[in-house]
Amino acid sequence: MIPALHNGALEVRNLTKTFAIGGGMFAPRAEIVRAVNDVSFTIPKGMALGLVGESGCGKSTVARAVLRLVEPDAGAVIFDGTDIRAAKGAALRRLRQRMQIVFQDPYSSLNPRRTIRQALEEPLRVHFRLSRQEIVEKAELAVAEVGLPREAIDRYPHEFSGGQRQRIGIARALVLGPELIVADEPVSALDVSVQAQILRLLEGLRERRGLSFLFVSHDLGVVRHFCDRVCVMYLGRIVEEGATAAVLDRPLHPYTKLLRDSSPVPDPKARLALTRILGEVPSPTNPPAGCTFHPRCPRAESLCSIEPPQLEAIYAGRLCACHFPASQNS
Amino acid sequence: MMMNADDDAVLTISNLRTEFRIGGVWHAAVRDLSLTLRRNETLAIVGESGSGKSVTALSILRLLPNAGARIGAGEMMFEGRDIAQLSEHEMSRIRGNAIAMIFQEPMTSLNPTMTVGQQIAEVITIHRHVPHSEASAEALRLLREVKIPAAESRIHDYPHQFSGGMRQRVMIAMALACRPKILLADEPTTALDVTIQAQVLMQLDELKQAYGMSILFITHNLGVVAQIADRVAVMYAGEVVELAGVETLFARPTHPYTAALLRAMPRADRSSDSLEPIAGSVPPLTSMPPGCAYAPRCPHKLPSCVQARPALQESSDLAGDRSHLVRCPVRLAGASP
Repeated sequence: MIPALHNGALEVRNLTKTFAIGGGMFAPRAEIVRAVNDVSFTIPKGMALGLVGESGCGKSTVARAVLRLVEPDAGAVIFDGTDIRAAKGAALRRLRQRMQIVFQDPYSSLNPRRTIRQALEEPLRVHFRLSRQEIVEKAELAVAEVGLPREAIDRYPHEFSGGQRQRIGIARALVLGPELIVADEPVSALDVSVQAQILRLLEGLRERRGLSFLFVSHDLGVVRHFCDRVCVMYLGRIVEEGATAAVLDRPLHPYTKLLRDSSPVPDPKARLALTRILGEVPSPTNPPAGCTFHPRCPRAESLCSIEPPQLEAIYAGRLCACHFPASQNS
Repeated sequence: MMMNADDDAVLTISNLRTEFRIGGVWHAAVRDLSLTLRRNETLAIVGESGSGKSVTALSILRLLPNAGARIGAGEMMFEGRDIAQLSEHEMSRIRGNAIAMIFQEPMTSLNPTMTVGQQIAEVITIHRHVPHSEASAEALRLLREVKIPAAESRIHDYPHQFSGGMRQRVMIAMALACRPKILLADEPTTALDVTIQAQVLMQLDELKQAYGMSILFITHNLGVVAQIADRVAVMYAGEVVELAGVETLFARPTHPYTAALLRAMPRADRSSDSLEPIAGSVPPLTSMPPGCAYAPRCPHKLPSCVQARPALQESSDLAGDRSHLVRCPVRLAGASP
């Protein structure tokens, strides 16, 4: 294995996570779902990597496995040279302080019976030895940094709108001074005008604090706006990776092209022209043999149903898992 | 564009006002709403949370709660009758029959204890008074029409055995069962993945042609609007602020809110250096500003905007499109770029 360096980067190597579903009193036997299958990527310090795909593709499981909120089955997650999966006790606590998460629905991730102050001060007590005064200052600073009014700190989560709650969710992630933020669909539940406010806030934080982001989203527009690079996932695997604008403008994998062509853009001249209905994502309990996308793929040939393609560099900075990737010029 | 729009009107809503009682006082969630839905067109209503778009659809079908909600004013003419004045009994014959509705979350609108075939057949038996065998055959035909794979066997399945996209197709099949003149679609693709959304949108468009329906399509997504709409009404805080043909709306968004929404939306097909968020938030129902509802957030605001509520007026732009209506005297006068 390549030795990891202390460079502030997040490296994910061959991450795999399976879940057993069913197998209770009424189900004949448990089925195994490979939610995440051999996923590898690197986020250098200060970079934002997007993870896109449809429901059930494993993007949120990757986000949670990176923080060990779900325990991966195999693979390595290395942050700034330390293997998170091997870390224990104080070392793990230190890593947790440096890597924080922002959830899609901040309301369900905030305790409704605690004020914002209580929610922000608790992690400070857990992670640092600070005086009462320092804790109060840090919490108030975080509230100001996310653009909430001072008096907001002594109110309860239900008193805020969706956009404000997401600001609280971000403040909670920031209060420990993390270096990496894992953002799981952070703007998906918000209206367009509020979504733009939150994206702008995250951009500002990224610049000021030099934060790295693992940004999970189903919205290609949001990912194109926020992320330098993007990984496209399908049924637990990364099928394409590259610089975001290049991947969306010249997709190599047919699934990336399908995803892009299905994303509606606010321009009636660019109406969708999907010639045929291309089926649905198959069940992850019983994925198709070979390339898992082949039953929906317009370019599939006999090889595709036999041999699973590997994620390989097609050219510099562009990875694709397809036997017949689109040519560079098309 | 139609020469005489009124001849072609299927549903004409005039000055609709829908109110909710909050703390003992009636507050309007929809104000002064006038819209014409024409034969075989898709009219999209787009707006953010709290804009009144869903309340408009629920008003048309009279599905508002009995207590604490009322249609305060206005009329909704459908087939020569004012829906607002019909008795509940008369309304129940229109609902699901001449006017059908599909919702955002198909699972909560389907009965989990009945097979999808039974549910569709039930609609047909109730409205058309045909024997059960005929209703079942029709249910199968409808499932095939909405392209459910292996419809012969899946007709016996329960809703939980279907994926989200397939459930929405079942809902569409059920809505089509009585060959409605109007389909009200309230965020029908919002809960679906984009590839499934694309399929359902294309299917709705095909079915609109095949059945000669008119669709009132409610969504918050301007991208979806551009895909499916013939005409678009942009709603803000209970009012239509802009109404135009889809090409006009995206080529010449004129109301400051429409323009701001487009600038706030990140696009998958092009890189944007910076998004422009809309500062502030939608005013709550209980404290609507006296003048223009958008004025507190508007960069083009003049002192007159906060005094009197602006009317929806024709835009006299260069293209001479007289069906382009905008509720903003400032932009219409060209006082601001």
